Amino acid sequence: MIKSYKLRRGIANTFIYIFLIVMCLIWIFPLVWLLLHSFRIDPNGGTPAILTDHLFPYFNELGFDNYIGLFTKTQFLQWFGNTLIVSTCSCIISTLSVLMVAYAFSRLRFKARKPFINIGMVMGMFPGFMTTIALYYILKMMGLTQTLVGLILCYSGGAGLGYLVAKGFFDTIPRALDEAATIDGANKNQIFWKIILPMSKPIVVYTVLTSFIGPWCDFILVRIIMGTETSMYTVSRGLWMWTDKEYKTEYYRYFLSGSVVVAIPITALFLYMQKYYVEGVTAGGVKG
Amino acid sequence: MTYTEYMSLNAFQRFWFKFKEFIKAIPGGLKRFFCAIGRGIKKFFFGIGKGFKNYFVGFVKGDVFVKLSYLIMGAGNLARGQIVKGLLFLAIQAGYIMYMVFFGGYFLMHLFPLEAVVTQEQKPLPLGGFTTVEHVEAYSNQILLYGILSILLTIVFFALYIVSVKSAQKTSEIVKSGKKAPTFRMETHELLDSKFHSTLLSLPVILIFVFVIVPLIFMITMAFTNYSDVNNRSFNWVGFDNFAEIFSTSSEGGASMGYTFLNITMWTLIWAIAATFSNYILGMIFALMINKKGIKLKKLWRTLFVMTIAVPQFVTLLVISQMLGASQDSPLNLIIEMFTGHTSTLDLWTTAYDGWLARITVIVVNCWVGIPYTILMTTGILMNIPEDLYESARIDGAGPVKSFMKITLPYMLFVTTPYLITTFIGNINNFNVIYLLSEGGPKVSEYKYSAGKTDLLITLLYKLSINQNKYGLGAAIGILVFIVCATVSLVTFNMTKSAKSEEEFS
Repeated sequence: MIKSYKLRRGIANTFIYIFLIVMCLIWIFPLVWLLLHSFRIDPNGGTPAILTDHLFPYFNELGFDNYIGLFTKTQFLQWFGNTLIVSTCSCIISTLSVLMVAYAFSRLRFKARKPFINIGMVMGMFPGFMTTIALYYILKMMGLTQTLVGLILCYSGGAGLGYLVAKGFFDTIPRALDEAATIDGANKNQIFWKIILPMSKPIVVYTVLTSFIGPWCDFILVRIIMGTETSMYTVSRGLWMWTDKEYKTEYYRYFLSGSVVVAIPITALFLYMQKYYVEGVTAGGVKG
Repeated sequence: MTYTEYMSLNAFQRFWFKFKEFIKAIPGGLKRFFCAIGRGIKKFFFGIGKGFKNYFVGFVKGDVFVKLSYLIMGAGNLARGQIVKGLLFLAIQAGYIMYMVFFGGYFLMHLFPLEAVVTQEQKPLPLGGFTTVEHVEAYSNQILLYGILSILLTIVFFALYIVSVKSAQKTSEIVKSGKKAPTFRMETHELLDSKFHSTLLSLPVILIFVFVIVPLIFMITMAFTNYSDVNNRSFNWVGFDNFAEIFSTSSEGGASMGYTFLNITMWTLIWAIAATFSNYILGMIFALMINKKGIKLKKLWRTLFVMTIAVPQFVTLLVISQMLGASQDSPLNLIIEMFTGHTSTLDLWTTAYDGWLARITVIVVNCWVGIPYTILMTTGILMNIPEDLYESARIDGAGPVKSFMKITLPYMLFVTTPYLITTFIGNINNFNVIYLLSEGGPKVSEYKYSAGKTDLLITLLYKLSINQNKYGLGAAIGILVFIVCATVSLVTFNMTKSAKSEEEFS
């Protein structure tokens, strides 16, 4: 009986292995396709066609031309710099506002607390696009359209509304800590910086990570705020532009290599901080 | 239905029961929501009434400085030696008056009607005679935006005004009772302790005010104007015309807005349900398989799947959209050719099968996007399910399907309801997957504004406002999307809340 159970489990596990291998192939296939085709060049020296009649490029079609061209012949490096500036600045502002709002709603008791929480929840339900056009006019009023400052403000302006996850995390830290610190003579400001924040590494990392990655992936807001000023684009808007009809034949190869260049640091960052990401999401998500 | 009766149902009956409960809960949830709004409004007006009473009583009782601060903000504070605070209040008042006189008041006056302000000037022509030159002083969108800004600033100013009056009263009371008025330094110290919340919230609230609230109100009001590319210089209030147009059945070349809207709403709901639950259940099965006893290299499997999250979504989606293209050289067709030996020109984005081919494709691709998220999220929670539950189920003769249905799913549903709600709302507003994959296509002639079979309300909103420049109509659709999302989350929120209190009771 035991033997047959073991046998049955062995068969089941074999099937699971086969299933997992097939699924992993399906999941990895587009990424591998992207990676290999980003190295594909035309052996005769021309622009390679967007698609070929073979699934993966032949060996003699591989080369670094797309990467060299990406950095020397296109505006990619400038876009990369823009994105780095925008995401760093907006990451700092967003992280600060999220943590400040979450801490205030979680640990401090004041009169307007409940109404503020409710208003925040309702505002979060409006579709984000509704505000983009209005944001354009507001930035125009301030003279900030087609500037990076305007973009930073747009990304980090509403960040405070994303307090829910961090609040859920702060709620789990025992209140006795605050009380002990108060007895020792600390004021609320010191409690926030010296006690709560050092204990909240997962949620800080989560907030930093999500707000840093945001600008690398958004392309709608940049399209509206930057218009046709290509020197102010971020990488995602620039790469998206290269898939437009008028650019596609010439620039699709750079789209592929540029995508790889963008994806590598973000993937590394994400895999490195995966643990914090999960802790962050489950902390706020499960308890609501 | 009692608890035992409920437990004796099978999974589908339970789901159906829950579903019926959900539908039944909608009126109750709405009622509770509106009652809460009503109570809030009642409380608000009572508060205002009380505020007015205090306001006048304070004026009659107060001494000359308090009376003066009713007219000039900060006068009371200045007289009692709180120089910095008094000057701050004074500066706020001066700033507000300057703003209104030189800037805001002009736009407030032109808010009704909203049409652009055009002045005509007679200019002499070099060869004699005159010509009329039109000079636009303010476009309608400027008037609307600055008008709203002025109204909001006025509200903020009044709040500050009340604060200043209260502060003057309080200071005078303190001085009367023989103590010294608190200095500015003492009050800033308070900002770090008992009033720390105002320090923390001030910066985020200002940012949210400028970059969320003002634009939101601007867009909401825009839904009641006829703002579009035809008349972007000058538009006017039209009341509920945009909402009427959304539901209108008058057809134009065989396409009517009402039909388009109805169909796209239906598809949006189908999509949201299908996308949420396919990701949720399949993702959980994947996670269970990876975590099964005896499966090696758990970390490798997880990392391989999770890697697809880390690559920016617009990259993977644009690549997949290219891979699924109609050309015979697209990877999809190459793979089909590899297996069948025939050249294939399969086009997923055709109107064949009434667009359902394209619709199923986006749901499947969304599984590719979403399952890794579920794996990542649920692995930890799945590990928390006690192993002996499965053990005893197996001894009782339950197969893997049965123990999934009876143990895993109920447990997970219980723990992750909030996560499910946010995913559902996120899927209703899932712009990226649809727009980058199919751009809403295949386009059909029955749909207006070049909308297609896979268009969601959110991509329709995008097409209307960005491609077609129908800002008014787009904003109206945005409001409807908001109403759908708000109803869903409020009702479910209420339901989970009542479920919790029930458990406390038993």
